[in-house]
Parts: sequence; C-alpha cells; structure tokens
Amino acid sequence: MPEVSMVVNGQNVSGSCEGRTLLVEFLRENLGLTGTHVGCDTSQCGACVVHVNGKAVKACTELAAACDGSKVTTIEGVANGSLHPMQEAFRQHHGLQCGFCTPGMIMAAIDMVNTHGKKLSEDTIRHELEGNICRCTGYHNIVKAIKAGAKKM
Amino acid sequence: MYDFNYHRPKDIKQAVKILRDSEDGVPMSGGMTLVPTMKQRLAAPSDVVDIAAAAGSGIKASTSKVTIKAGTTHATVASHPGIQKHCPSLAALAGMIGDPHVRNKGTIGGSIANNDPAADYPSACLALAAKIVTNKRTIDADKFFKGLFETALRDNEIITEVEFACPKRGAYAKFPNPASRYAMVGVYVADHGRKGIRVAVTGATDSAHRNKAMEKALTEDFAPGALDSVKVKSDDMNDDIHASADYRAHLVTVMAKRAVAASG
Amino acid sequence: MSDSGIGARVPRKEDHRFITGQGNYTDDINLPKQTYAYFVRSPHAHAKLGRINTKAAEAAPGVVAVFTGKDVEADGIGGLICGWMIHSKDGSPMNAGPHPILASGKVRYVGDHVAVVIAESYAEAKAAAELVEVSYKVLPAVVDTATAATAKASVHDDIPNNTVFNWAIGDEDATAKAFSSASHVTTLDLVNNRLIPNAMEPRAAIGDYDGGSDSFTLYTTSQNPHVARLVLSAFIGIAPEHKLRVIAPDVGGGFGSKIFIYAEETVCVWAAKKVGRPIKWTAGRDEAFLADAHGRDHVSKAELAIDANGKIQALRVKTTANLGAYLSTFASSVPTYLYATLLSGQYNIPNIYAEVDTVYTNTAPVDAYRGAGRPEATYVVERLVETAARELGMDPAEFRSKNFVTEYPHQTPVIMCYDSGDYQDSLDKACALIKYDQFEKRRASSMRKGKMRGIGFSTYIEACGIAPSAAVGSLGAGVGLWESAEVRVNPTGNVEVLTGSHSHGQGHETTFAQLVADRLGIPIDQVEIVHGDTDKVQFGMGTYGSRSGAVGMTAISKALDKVEAKAKKVASHVMEAAEGDIEFKDGSFTVKGTDKAMAFGEVALAAYVAHSFPTDQIEPGLKEGAFHDPANFTFPAGCHICEVEVDPETGVTEIVDWVAVDDFGNIINPNIVEGQVHGGIAQGVGQALTENAVYDSGTGQLLSGSYMDYCMPRASDFPEFRLGFTVTECPTNPLGIKGCGEAGAIAAPAAVMNAVTNAIGVKEMDMPASPLNVWRALNASI
Repeated sequence: MPEVSMVVNGQNVSGSCEGRTLLVEFLRENLGLTGTHVGCDTSQCGACVVHVNGKAVKACTELAAACDGSKVTTIEGVANGSLHPMQEAFRQHHGLQCGFCTPGMIMAAIDMVNTHGKKLSEDTIRHELEGNICRCTGYHNIVKAIKAGAKKM
Repeated sequence: MYDFNYHRPKDIKQAVKILRDSEDGVPMSGGMTLVPTMKQRLAAPSDVVDIAAAAGSGIKASTSKVTIKAGTTHATVASHPGIQKHCPSLAALAGMIGDPHVRNKGTIGGSIANNDPAADYPSACLALAAKIVTNKRTIDADKFFKGLFETALRDNEIITEVEFACPKRGAYAKFPNPASRYAMVGVYVADHGRKGIRVAVTGATDSAHRNKAMEKALTEDFAPGALDSVKVKSDDMNDDIHASADYRAHLVTVMAKRAVAASG
Repeated sequence: MSDSGIGARVPRKEDHRFITGQGNYTDDINLPKQTYAYFVRSPHAHAKLGRINTKAAEAAPGVVAVFTGKDVEADGIGGLICGWMIHSKDGSPMNAGPHPILASGKVRYVGDHVAVVIAESYAEAKAAAELVEVSYKVLPAVVDTATAATAKASVHDDIPNNTVFNWAIGDEDATAKAFSSASHVTTLDLVNNRLIPNAMEPRAAIGDYDGGSDSFTLYTTSQNPHVARLVLSAFIGIAPEHKLRVIAPDVGGGFGSKIFIYAEETVCVWAAKKVGRPIKWTAGRDEAFLADAHGRDHVSKAELAIDANGKIQALRVKTTANLGAYLSTFASSVPTYLYATLLSGQYNIPNIYAEVDTVYTNTAPVDAYRGAGRPEATYVVERLVETAARELGMDPAEFRSKNFVTEYPHQTPVIMCYDSGDYQDSLDKACALIKYDQFEKRRASSMRKGKMRGIGFSTYIEACGIAPSAAVGSLGAGVGLWESAEVRVNPTGNVEVLTGSHSHGQGHETTFAQLVADRLGIPIDQVEIVHGDTDKVQFGMGTYGSRSGAVGMTAISKALDKVEAKAKKVASHVMEAAEGDIEFKDGSFTVKGTDKAMAFGEVALAAYVAHSFPTDQIEPGLKEGAFHDPANFTFPAGCHICEVEVDPETGVTEIVDWVAVDDFGNIINPNIVEGQVHGGIAQGVGQALTENAVYDSGTGQLLSGSYMDYCMPRASDFPEFRLGFTVTECPTNPLGIKGCGEAGAIAAPAAVMNAVTNAIGVKEMDMPASPLNVWRALNASI
C-alpha cells in the first residue's frame, strides 16, 4: 500500500492507503475530517470540494496517492482564529439550511474569489456555481452570501 | 472501485516502461473521466500511471499557433493571456468544460485521448487543424478521432502536446446537456483564411467530426444564413432522454449559426 | 421586538457547526468494531427469485456475513408497512402487498433488496456483493402509470389489475349535473411527472446491539425518529420499543424522503445482533436514485365547469397515481387525502368530484415528496383556471378574483374548512410587484430579442400543520398527528427544550429558541433545543407537512404556559404576594403595585432550591411538558407569478422574473421563512423545467439514475426571487402561524407551466418543459 504524506490544514500528515483510496476517503476516514462530504458518485454535486495546492478540486474524484506531497485545505482549515469572511457571510446571509452542501460551497466560493477577484457579479457567481448543487436554498442566499463574503476577503 | 497500483513516473519514458510492464495499465492525466469510470466499476485497470506531472504543463501562443503541453489544465488554457489574445475561441471553449473544479484538474491531453463523444476539445482539434504530438509521432486531428472513445493512439502511446492553428476568426457554440453539462451539441467554426473554413461538431454523434457541407456553404458566404441551405441529417445523431436525433440535428444547425455569428 | 425574539432576523444558532465542518451527520459517526453493509440489488424490474448462492461471497476477504430474505423470515422479522388505510369506493380495504426487507419470491423493481453483505470495510462488502449469485427468471415489467391496471403482468400475484384502490371523494351526481348545465367546460390532460427527492445527504444508518442491556441503537437519517422506532418495534418486530433507541443526528435535507422506514436501516439494526457488531450502511447516490421513495407520478384528466357569468360551478378530475412496487410508509395518503382535499384551491367551487385509482408498477415506491399531494392538486386547479381564463378571453388575474373565496370559515365540498386568508390581497400585491400592467411592453421587448415571453400565475392554497388526530384517524391514519414538547428550566435559569419535531435544515434550533427567549425574556443563547434522540426526547411525531411551526411550536408554547404558571406560584411565595398579583413580563416577575421583582433566573433557582415554598403544595423544580393536537390544518396561501423567456430556436426556457407573495400568518424568523420559500420555488421549478424520473417503458430500467441524466436545478437556472408577504393570522394556534416549508414547491410548477404555455401559445404541455419538450411543442404547433 502506498504511503502518502501531505500537509492538511497546515499539519503534516502521513499514512498508508490503497491505490484506489480517494482523497475524500483519506480525509474522512484516516484523518477524521468529516466536514468534507460525499453527495454523489459522478463528480457533480460539489459537496466534497477542497483545495489542493490552492485550487478547488472535487475530493471524490482525486486519488489520495496523487496528492502525495500536496498542500490540502478543507473546511476545517479555513478559519484562522476567527471565522473566514466567507464562512461568516454564509451565516449572516442564511446561505445554508441542512448544511450538507455548505462545506463544498464555501470552499468553491473562496476559490471563486481567488480566481475572479473580490468584485463578483451575480451572473458570475451563478455561473461559477455550476459544480455545486444545493437542494435546500434555491441558491438565492448562497449567491448573496458569496457576493458579500467576496468583498470582505 | 477495484484496487490498482498507483504510479507517478518522472517522465514519459518511465511512464511508458511502467505501462509496458503492467498487466493492464492505463495512463491517467487529470483523472476527471478515468476516476469516475473506475468508481462505477466500468474500468478495472491493474495499474494507473499518473502522467499529469510527466506530461507537463505549459503554453506557447503566437499569432499563428498555440502549443499546449498535454498536462495543462482547462483552467490554465481558459485563463492564458496569450491564448485569449491569439485564439480567444479556444480559451472560451476551455472555460466551458465541466465546472470550475473539473477545469482545475482535467487536462487537454486526457480529454483528447479519451475522445468522449460529448467532450469539447475534440471539436477544437478538428476546427483548429490541430497536430497531436505523442511520444512516438505527430498525428493530424483529422486522422485522430476514430469513433466512440476511439482514437488513433496505439498501446503505450501518450500525447505530449497539442498544436492548434489560430484562425482568423472563429467561435465555439455549445448546447450543454441540461443534466451533465457535457456538450449535447457543440459546434466549432473556424475561418483559417486561405487555408479554408473548418466546422467541427461534437456531442451529436458517436465522435467529433467535421461537417464538410457547412464548410462549403460558409466558404461561399461566411454568414449564419448560409447554413440555411445545409440539411443536417438526423440518421447518425445520438438519441437519448435529453435530445432526440432530430432535435440534435436541428441544434447542430442552430449552434453552427450561433458560432458563425459569434465569430465576428 | 428584541433582536432575538419573535419576528427578528436572527442568524441561525446551528450554523457555526455547519460552516466550520463540524456538523454531525450519520455517516460522520463511526463506532468501535463497526462493520459495513452493502446491498445486493435487483438488476431487473420484475423477476422470480430463484436460488441465491452466497458461498463465494461469504468466502471473500473481509466478509463477516451474508443474509438473504430466508434469514429474515427465519427470525420472524416482519415487512415494511403502510400506515394509512384507504378504502375503495366499494368499501373494500386497499390491497397492500407484502413488503419484505429482503426480497422473498420475487423482485419488483430495479434496486429491490435481494441480499446484504456485511464486511470489515465498505470496499470489501461491495466487492463481495458481486460474488452473490442470484438466479432470476425475468418477468414482463409493468412500468407505465396510465396502463398499469390493464397490464397483463401482475406486480403482486394475488392483487388484481395491479390496483391498490379505487377511491373517490365528493358528490358525483351533483358535479355531473353542474357540468351538464355549464356554459363553458375546460378540459386538460395532465401528467404530474415523477421526481426523485435528492436530499444532498444520501440516506445512511448504523445499527448497533448491546448484549449487556439487550438493547439496540439505530443511528439514521430520519425526519421522525420516534415514528421509526414505533414502526421498527411494533410492526417489524426488531425489538421492544424500550429496548430500541433511534438517533437522528444532523440530517442533510429530507423533503419527505427521510420520513419513511426503509429496508436498509431495518436490516442494519436487525443484523447488528446477528453479527454482534455495529453495521454501517451509507447509500451511494446511485442507490438513492434507485431506492429512495420517489414523488408525484400522476396522470389526470381534469375538467372545470363555468357558468355564463364566469363563475366556476364544478371541478371534476380522474387521476391515476403510481405508487410503485410496494406501499411505502405513507404512500396511500398522498394521492388521496393530501391531494383531492385541496382541489378547491382558493376558489368557491360548489361541486367537486375526484376519482383516484392507484396502481402498482415495477418501479421504486412513491411516497410523500415536498408538498405531497398538494403540488399535484395545485397543478390541476391552477392549470385549469389559467386555461379556462384564456379560453374565455378573460384576464387570468380577473378570472381568479371573480372566483376567490372571500369569507371565512369556508367549507369546501372536499372536507377542508379554510380558516383565514385574503387571496385578493396577495394577488394584488404580487401583480404590483411584478408590474403586471406593463407585461405586454416586456413581451414586446423580449420579442425584439427573438425571445417569446410568457407570464404565469399560481394562486395556490395548501393545508399543512398536519393534523387533528381524530380527523386523520377517521380518514384512515394509523397514528395521531399531535406534537410534544418539554421545557426544562435549569437551576441557573437557562433552558433546554425537548421537541418531538426534528430539524433537517429548517433551523428549529433558532426559531424555537426565539419563541422561548421571547416568552421567558432570556437571551437566545440561554436556550438549547434538543431533538432527534428517542432516549432524550419524549415521544414526538417528527417533521413533515410543514407542521413543526404550527404544531411543534404550539406544543412548546403550551409547555411555556405551564412553566410560567408554575414560576408564578414559586415567585408568589418568595416575594410573599398573592399568586394573582404576580405579573411576568420581559423576563421579570413583579408584584402588582409594588417594586418587588425577581428575574426569571432567580425564580428558577428558587424553584430548585425549594426553601421558600411549601413543597407539599408546590413540587420543587421547573420542568413542564405539553402535547398539542391541532384543531385544524393551517391554510397558507399566496400568489406566485413567473415570467419566462423561451428561445424558439433551441426550446430553452429561462425564468426571467419571479415574485411570490405568501400568507404564512405571523412569522417568527423572516430569514428562515424566506429561505424556505426560495428552496421550495427551486424544487417546484426543478419539477417544471428540469427534473424527470424516467424508466424505460419496456425493461423498467431507471434511465435517469444519476446526475448525468437527472437534471438537478443549479444556481444559473434562477433569477433573484422577489418575495412579499401578507398576514392573516391562523386562528387555531396561539402564535397565529401557518406552515411555510412546502409553499414554494406547491405553487411553482403551475406558475412555470402557465408561463411557458402562455409564451409559446399552446394549451397543453407536460412537465418538464425541457428544451426538447418545448422545441417539440413549438414544432407541433407550427
């Protein structure tokens, strides 16, 4: 079984996993980081989005072994003492209901700002949420939260 | 997913050696198709050879051509200033693939080698007269896409880079499948001046292909209306719960017209 | 209004754990020595089950056990039940076929449970499941709703015509008479498309058995853990109720699909004792598509009779509802009492008659999905009313106004008695918000861009806050539908509220705390809401049918009344005043006409210290419970107006504007209520534009079995929703509130389809208005 080492949320971690072990399985089962969720099996819902080397990826479609030597950030790692502005914006704008898609939404939103800047139009946000499905909110308040959170990042 | 041996070779040479020595090894680039396919147990390779790093990422763009290393992600292509300047339709196409997270991982080499009938890049290869460079040879795009998930690639042959000819004008118009967001129909129209007009269609049939009748009509008059006279037959069109064959055929015309209109 | 009391936009208390990745969903829980279950599912829609050979699977690496239906039968474990008895027109009881937790004799839909493999890891269980050899004799599949009753094959061998029941409501003769004297009759054939719920958290369960206490624990994704426990113990026979603990931790959305008691969690808890270790099962999305209870799936012929003055005289509908292969927990109630009783809509309709035939097919069971019957009713009524107005050349808003119920209480011909409302007010406000008078200008402007613009109304009503127990009992329900609450005041003055409601996204931890904080005058962070654990919380009925506000909060309110009464007694002794002179306001007990005062916390402490009052007359402590049985449903209503632009070249429909003016009575937290409306609209739009569960009509294979083919609505499918509210208080609960959870999903499909048909100028069109279907409709109408 391959040994993998990576930096997850600033901590050096290592462990053995199978070739087929997905990053999301490694995070949830080996590291106990259960904030990253699995909502589908076809790489579409985005509940599993994390950042690998600063870019948002779907942890359900990423092999853990392929992340050997990578820097991984999960929802558990974005708050730095106080809440990340995007987390705070989701709370303030009621951008979540059941909370299941929320970690992936927040990780996608942070990546969106990193890619497109702090001034995000509603159209851009809606378009860039193509890879994140929410069943509760109708996206209305998610869009508002991302717009507001972006400004504060 | 069945288990497999994972490898991350340093270079293509080493990758080929691993593939050759393996029982049933497959190369993996971004893994955006292979991993879901393995998860569904539709593929069960003995070895997965991760060539993303070995294939490398890099872009050279000039007025006449754009060369992209096979391990370059869609996001990198979409946001590359040189491509945006010299071949904006290609950058736009890359920005329409999958979703942002898929674009951050998926690579041009992987997409082309897989030749999914609903993938976007094969249409770009055909419309932009691409040369597909492998560890063994250079293949013209026109001879590369052979059918459903089939290409001219031989065993242990790995794409290393793709060279596109920049058109004088061109555009890619995509009608995404409402559910999967793959191309239900995508049409890439490119006007290469003296070298002619190319019209490539993806999503509609079992493999991306050129529509020569449309190319001829547009050569005579590069205007959306010129396509009114071209009848797209529905015989070979895919037929599924999202689009019947006749609807797909209709969309080929509509998307082609829109691509012409957007070409400026 | 305080910043955290009733009516305040309080950010949710539960959010912190969700936004930091510290939610605790069932799949996040791992128990020591846990094993993993994977189900062998039928690949065929309909087949006779032959020999099942489990030897190879049992010998596979990591496998702990393999069980089949024979093991279930040997242990005397019962099948799943349907808890609502419906009688046919002729008085005969519904035909409820057996519903074993692991198939016996036959498999009846693709995804039906054939065997379970339990192994050391999920991967090993899944790999070994492939080694279970099952011999099937494939039978012809019954798939189509409309023709199931006349199909040759029988889903359940001893149930004739694949018919569950032939039910009817209303006065057939009087309705026929009204139709015969009508000056205009509008007729529509309508299909209410089958949907797959798709809560983002897939279902999951962990069964655990403790030999020391001979007791079971089930962690499960449930909207109603007590009901799950009751069914598992009393009907399925897993364990006595007091030896079974059901915990529903954070639940990632339900929309009805997590009300029901399914085979998988039943197997996990049953088999946990057999293997002596905890068993975890987590559905893949592929399994969710196949085996979660689906929603809707009606085929109807609907007619509206109108007199020469434009007044509706009668409505008649004949509906066939597909209930799938087995009767799910509440399946029979959905197309009957939750559907046909709402066919009066917001209108004064003197005569209504509805016939509902329900059929078995070789498809996944169909049960309640957000709205449950009421979206189907609203779709019938609102499509009919809009179409009638068009046929009569009347303005659709004006035609509605002419027929609105205006006096309350209003008894409809189909059981319901509307208690309050002002339908004209919500229609007027919605028309003003969308600038209805300028629609034609917008249509012309769209036309200049090559787009066909349409507008559609949906003035919906629903009955929620289910429901008076005696009333539902007389209609066949196997349970009462009250709710429970216990308010525990701690000696230090903070409060725990144990509620029988369950939150799976609705924000009860905040809304319920707002009520308590408001009533007791204490800060909201001094209130903790406890739910979802049968060992902690008294029996409760759970959350569905938009009932947690109207029923669940009313139970809390009643318990608070008792707390206040008890606290006043304590305070009167401590402050040495007559009980009648004690007043309670803003968290302070005062003695009328004096400056004597005690804070709520001081009284709580006094109640527990018990030094200052006679404990033979007043018991120590401050903890009160209440059960609330509602006197009636609540009747939220409103007006949604949608505008669409259709691209005639591609058939793509874009929603360009949406206004919703809803009457939910008094509102506790506008953020949460608006969020419910947004989400409901999105689900309704999903039904109307994108979602469709499609089975192959020959083989019964599910063709829309993943997100590659089942089109979930995404952010780019919606404009910003524009909401407004009107308020008529519900007279049957002390808070004056009506349910809000399902309204959007009930209102939206008709609004969208009325807009699409208006845009492209066709009368009939079935959902979803996908690009393909719109393109076909456009080309058929040329």
